[in-house]
Amino acid sequence: MQAMTRRWIAATAAAGALTLGGAGAFAQAKELVFGLHCDRSGATQTVGVFLCPGYHDYIATVNAKGGVEGYKIRVMEIDNEYKVPPAMEAHERFKKEGAILTGLYGTPHTAALSKKLEEDKILGTSPGFGTAAAADGVRYPYVFPIAASYWSQATGAVQFVKDRLGGSLKGKKIAYLFYDNPAGKEPLVILEDLAKAEGFEMKTFAVPAPGVEMGAQVLDITARFKPDFILAHLFGRSPSVAMKELKGKGFPLSKMIGFVWASSEADIAAAGGMGFAEGYNTIQFAGVGKEFPIHKEIVDLYKAQGKPAPKEMDSTVLYNRGLLTAALHVEAARIAIRAKSGGVPTGEEVRNGMEAIKGFTLGGLVPPMAITRQDHEGGGWIQVWTVKGGKLVKATEWIQPYREVILKHLAAEAKK
Amino acid sequence: MFHRESGIFKTTYASDMALYPLPIARWTVIVASVLFVVVAPLVLHEYYLSIINLILIAIVGALGLNILVGYTGQISIGHAAFMSVGAYTAANLAVKLGLPFWLTLPAGGAMAALIGVLVGIPSLRIKGLYLAIATLAGQLIIEWTINHVPAISGGAQASIEVPRPALFGYQMKTQGQLYFFLLFFAAVAIVATLNLVRSRIGRIFVAIRDQDIAAEIIGIDIFRWKLIAFAISSFYAGVCGVLYTYYLGIANYEQFQIGVSIDYLAMIIIGGLGSVLGTIFGAVFVTLLPIVIRTFMETFGGYFFSDGDLPNVISSLRMIIFGGLIIVFLVVEPEGLNRLWRNIRNYFRTWPFSY
Repeated sequence: MQAMTRRWIAATAAAGALTLGGAGAFAQAKELVFGLHCDRSGATQTVGVFLCPGYHDYIATVNAKGGVEGYKIRVMEIDNEYKVPPAMEAHERFKKEGAILTGLYGTPHTAALSKKLEEDKILGTSPGFGTAAAADGVRYPYVFPIAASYWSQATGAVQFVKDRLGGSLKGKKIAYLFYDNPAGKEPLVILEDLAKAEGFEMKTFAVPAPGVEMGAQVLDITARFKPDFILAHLFGRSPSVAMKELKGKGFPLSKMIGFVWASSEADIAAAGGMGFAEGYNTIQFAGVGKEFPIHKEIVDLYKAQGKPAPKEMDSTVLYNRGLLTAALHVEAARIAIRAKSGGVPTGEEVRNGMEAIKGFTLGGLVPPMAITRQDHEGGGWIQVWTVKGGKLVKATEWIQPYREVILKHLAAEAKK
Repeated sequence: MFHRESGIFKTTYASDMALYPLPIARWTVIVASVLFVVVAPLVLHEYYLSIINLILIAIVGALGLNILVGYTGQISIGHAAFMSVGAYTAANLAVKLGLPFWLTLPAGGAMAALIGVLVGIPSLRIKGLYLAIATLAGQLIIEWTINHVPAISGGAQASIEVPRPALFGYQMKTQGQLYFFLLFFAAVAIVATLNLVRSRIGRIFVAIRDQDIAAEIIGIDIFRWKLIAFAISSFYAGVCGVLYTYYLGIANYEQFQIGVSIDYLAMIIIGGLGSVLGTIFGAVFVTLLPIVIRTFMETFGGYFFSDGDLPNVISSLRMIIFGGLIIVFLVVEPEGLNRLWRNIRNYFRTWPFSY
C-alpha cells in the first residue's frame, strides 16, 4: 500500500508539472488566432471528422500563400464532445489565446455561448445549426449562421417539392418526418404557414431520440397517409434508418428530400450506398463535389508536401462545409484588416468585416450571399442535390424562395 | 506530518461529532477560504476561473446525487432532469415575473424537490436496478414534457434566455464575477451537506442504505425518509440547474440530457460514494482530466503525430485515457478517490516513524 501511495504521488506531481509547462504558449507577431469548436468524439462525430479537416485544409492553403494580408493564421481546435461545459471551457481558452473569431459547433452549445460571445465581443459562426432567429443580427450581434437556417431549408424544400410536383401544391399531401428535438421542431411554423398559403395538407411525424427506431412512423406514412412527398429533418444515424425503412416499404426515395444534416455521403453510405439511395434529394448550403478550384489547390498543396490528397475530401458534403466556414472566416478577417490598413483587428472589427461580405463565391462553392448587420444568414440560400447514377448531381441552382415568409417570422421573433 | 491527534481528548459527544474534530482542521478551512476567496481570483487568469466555475457547478449537483446514491443507497439516473426542472422554473420566474436570483434559486430548488418526490415514489416499492430504470423513466418523461409544453419551454427552441444575476444593482457577468456567485453557493452546499450527514437525518439515510428492514425495525419511517432523501437530492440538483442557467445565461433542456446524469454518476463513483470530500474530488477529476489530457497532448503530441492526424488522435486518446484511468482508479481503490486520499493521509499521519 505504501509503495503504491508513493508512486501515485510522484505520478500526480509529474502530471501537474507537465500541465503547467504546456500552458505557456504565446501568440507571435503577425499571427491571427481562429478558435474552432469541433466534435470528433461525441454524438455527432461523423460530421466533425470530415468537416474540421476541411476547415484546416483551407487555412493551410491560405497560409501557404503567405497568409491573409500578411498574417499567418493559427487555428486552435478544441473537441467539445458535443457537451456544453467543454464548449464553455473551449471558448475561454480561445479568448485567452487571443482568438479574433470562433467557429461554433452544435445547437445547445450555440445557445449556451450566445450571451458570452456578445459580452466578449468575439463572433461565432453557426452554419446549419443554432436557432433560425439568430439570422437577426440586431438581436444576436455576435452569432452568425452564415448558412441557410432550418427555416430557410424548409422554404427551399417546399419550393423544390412544388417544382417536382408540377408547379402547384394544391391538394397535395406532404409528410414532415422530424427528429423530436428543438431543432427538428423549428421549421414547423414555416411549414404550417406555407401549407396554408400553398393549399397542401401537411402531417407531422416525430421520431424520438436517438432516432434509430421509426418503424411505426414509416408504416403510418406509407400505409395510411400516403404522401406525395416526404420532408425529412433528421440527424445522426436516423436519416439512414429512415431511408432504409421507407424503401423497405416500397416508398420511392425520389419522393423524399432530406434537410442539411440528412444529406451527406456518409448518411447515404450508411443507408446502403448511392445505388440504394438512387433518386434521394438533399438540401445543401455549400456546393457538393471536389471539382471546385479550391480542391485542386488543396491537392496541389498536399502533393508539394509529398502526401496524397486528404481522404476526408471524398466526403465532399461535410468537407465542403468546413471549407465554406473557413473561407468566410478568412474573408471577414481580410476585410477587417484592410479596413484597419493592416493593423491587427479586434473581435468587434472582425464582426464588422463579416457583416460586409458580399459576392464571395469561392468558385461556386459558397452561395451568392450578402451578410449584413440585419441579416447574419446572408440570404438563406440553398441548393438541392439528387442522387443520380452513383453520385450527387445538382438539381437546382442557388435559391432562396419564400424569403418574405422568413422575414415576416424574423420580424415577429424580434418583437418577442 | 502536519497534525497530531495525541494530546487532544474529547470529553463530550458534541466535540466528538463536531464539524472540525481537530484544531488544525479549523486552520485548514481558514487557509482554504483565503486561498479561494482572495488569492485565486487575484492570481488566476480568467480561463482558469472558468474551469473552476464549471467545477463549482458540478460540485453542487454531485453533492445532491451523493446524498441520494451514496448516503441513502437509492440509485437515480434522473439527476439531470431535476436540474432541468430547476433551470426552467428559475428561467420562467426570472423572465416572466422579473424575479431576482435570490428568489428564483430557492424556487427552482423547491420545484425540483417536488418533482423529485414524485419520481421517487417508486423507490417505496422497488430497489436497486429496478429503481434505476424507474428514475430513467422519470428523466425521459421530464425531458419530453419540457420539449413539448411551450408554457414551460418558451417555444419551439425550448430555450429561455435569462438576464445575468445581479445583487444590489451589481451585475455578475465576467468569469471572475460569476466565480464569486458560484463559489458562495458551492460553499453553502458543501457546509450544508457536511452538517446534514453528521446529523440525525444523515444517520437515518445511512441506516436505510445499510439495511432498510433493520432501519424500519428500529423505528425509522423509511417511506417518509426515502422521499425526503429524494427531495433533498433533487433540491441540490435544482439549484445546480439554476446556477448553470445563470452561468450560461440560458436555460436549454438539451444541456440536461441523459448523458449528463451518467456524468454525475461517474463523478460520485470515482470520487467515492457516501463522502463529501470524495464528491468534490470526483467533480474536479471528471471536469479537469479531459482538459489536462488535451493540454498534455497539444504540447507533446506534435513529436509523435502529423498535424493532420493530431486532432483525431487527441480526441480518441482522451477518451481512451479517460476510460482507462477510471478503470485503474477503481481497481486500485474501489472506494474512490476519497479513500485514496485517506490512505495518503494515514501514511503521513505517522510519517516518518511508521512503526
